[in-house]
Amino acid sequence: MTIDTGAGSRATSPAGAARALDLLDGPVTDTTLRRYLEGIPGVDAVGLEQRAGGLGTRSIKTTSKAWALDRIIELVDLTTLEGADTPGKVRSLVAKALNPDPSDATCPRVAAVCVYGDLVGTAVEALGASHAPRARAAGHGPGIAVAAVATAFPSGRASLAIKLADVADAVAAGADEIDMVIDRGAFLSGRYSQVFDEIVAVKDACRRPDGDDAHLKVILEVGELSTYDAVRRASWLSILAGADFIKTSTGKVPRAASLPMTLLMLEVVRDWYQMTGEQVGVKPAGGIRTSKDAIKYLVTVAETAGEEWLQPHLFRFGASSLLNDVLLQRQKISTGHYSGADYVTID
Amino acid sequence: MTRLTVPKTYKLYIGGKFPRSESGRTYEIATRAGGFLANAAKASRKDARDAVVAARSAVSGWSSATGYNRGQVLYRVAELLEGRRAQFVDELVQSEDLSSRQAEAAVDLAVDRWVWYAGWADKYAQALGNGNPVAGPYFNISVPEPTGVVAIVAPQSGEGHSLVGLVSAIAPALVAGNTVVVLASESAPLTAISLSEVLATSDVPGGVVNVLTGSPAEMAPWLASHADVNALDLVGAGALDWVALQVAAAETLKRVLTPEDGSDAAAPSLQRISAFTELKTVWHTKGLL
Repeated sequence: MTIDTGAGSRATSPAGAARALDLLDGPVTDTTLRRYLEGIPGVDAVGLEQRAGGLGTRSIKTTSKAWALDRIIELVDLTTLEGADTPGKVRSLVAKALNPDPSDATCPRVAAVCVYGDLVGTAVEALGASHAPRARAAGHGPGIAVAAVATAFPSGRASLAIKLADVADAVAAGADEIDMVIDRGAFLSGRYSQVFDEIVAVKDACRRPDGDDAHLKVILEVGELSTYDAVRRASWLSILAGADFIKTSTGKVPRAASLPMTLLMLEVVRDWYQMTGEQVGVKPAGGIRTSKDAIKYLVTVAETAGEEWLQPHLFRFGASSLLNDVLLQRQKISTGHYSGADYVTID
Repeated sequence: MTRLTVPKTYKLYIGGKFPRSESGRTYEIATRAGGFLANAAKASRKDARDAVVAARSAVSGWSSATGYNRGQVLYRVAELLEGRRAQFVDELVQSEDLSSRQAEAAVDLAVDRWVWYAGWADKYAQALGNGNPVAGPYFNISVPEPTGVVAIVAPQSGEGHSLVGLVSAIAPALVAGNTVVVLASESAPLTAISLSEVLATSDVPGGVVNVLTGSPAEMAPWLASHADVNALDLVGAGALDWVALQVAAAETLKRVLTPEDGSDAAAPSLQRISAFTELKTVWHTKGLL
């Protein structure tokens, strides 16, 4: 499998190419991408952090808090990405996704489960009639999607052919969403067109024979991009190449999602929307463990991109331990007393 | 030239740190004669919640330390208490209006009780556990294990209660490896905070003891109904609606000790240790001989 870097070949992936060709002055090459991306003004780091800090101080009480907790659950990609994952672990994750709080039937379901590619089949089977495509077809609400990490997650260090095979494998197994990692090495050494081409190629690989396609989330891994400027450029690059979602991190490096990083990415998404009318999603992942933190993210989304973004197709939390904390807070609100870890499932 | 006095700010002790109350509230501590003594933090239910989180996260470390090690750590606390006796005497004199002789005696008693309980740390398991007789080729052994997080309403009255009562209530819970959230004497909380300074500089890990000052009537119901609290010691809750607290505690099957009054409240006994343990019984095959 080889990828032609000439502009002509991109006629096969109109979404990405169209987005980019409209904006770049000329064909997609390292030069035109660099001219565009490095022409984006730098980030005012102090201002950004101050703004994020300010958004984090809102006090959310009673009914708003109850609403926020339910909404957080609806926005969660319940995740297990361990080397030690087993089919049994995935089935118990799916059971939790279907019924997060067995003691409370009013508890909403999560948006998706997120697993490694080889476990997609197990997750789809465990979801059964609640799997998103089947649930939608039967008219039983949105159902629960299966997201798979692919493209040699988490490092992304493999040849393009292997990455594409990884994606195709997960899509064939029934994945509804693909979380790909960008090649940070290529991005940091300025080979923007290589990153661009990979995203375009992966987007292609997300197509199913039936014409439907898996949603593509592009993981920037902000902890390895280090600077706000680089994250802003990578966000633009990913959106230009056709990402449906931009995601902060893999959760495998120490500096994962932070409020300022997420705010920065939301600003790019907002700017893109104002420019083109296209809505791109954002997914902070890694390190969001408490309801309090998650509520700060909701506030940030509502204040930056708009409340419209607080929906599963435009905003997600990648999290594993967050759900339990949200359930404890829900129980506190519904019973009037503090709950404890003995009253939610261990995962 | 007159020198400005530098009064001490008495704060809470949660998770090994000394935060102010989340609510920002304080209340005045008066001497028995009614004069101003100090400002203490008035903890809220959210501080109690934070204290339980800190106590819960400290359970695994403290309970997995060997009994011998816990005994050493607790004995070290007694050594540090002894080293600060002048401060404790002074605080007892000021806040409880004791004579200095009475205050000296109270500090002695507190240190002695602490040492007495420290000695039990590597012995209570022998006294409470058992090798049970069974009809079969098995060992059948019962061993006491810590209950978990213990919420304590410390004694609120009596001579020297703010130190002796406090020590008598928290030391036995610590012996078996439990962690503690204690509501200190409302009227005389200064010694409790000074004791937590002792604990903070000893080898007791942060979160094992958490001290809240303020109104027990306000915070006790939240602790009694808290699902992550495993036991409730109401020794100093005689003036509260403690039956309601017991009822709330029953919802989550907590162990409860009822209020005690008088000068021998929370008198030292092995029962105060065993009250916060759970007996685990295990079967094990005998080796073939």
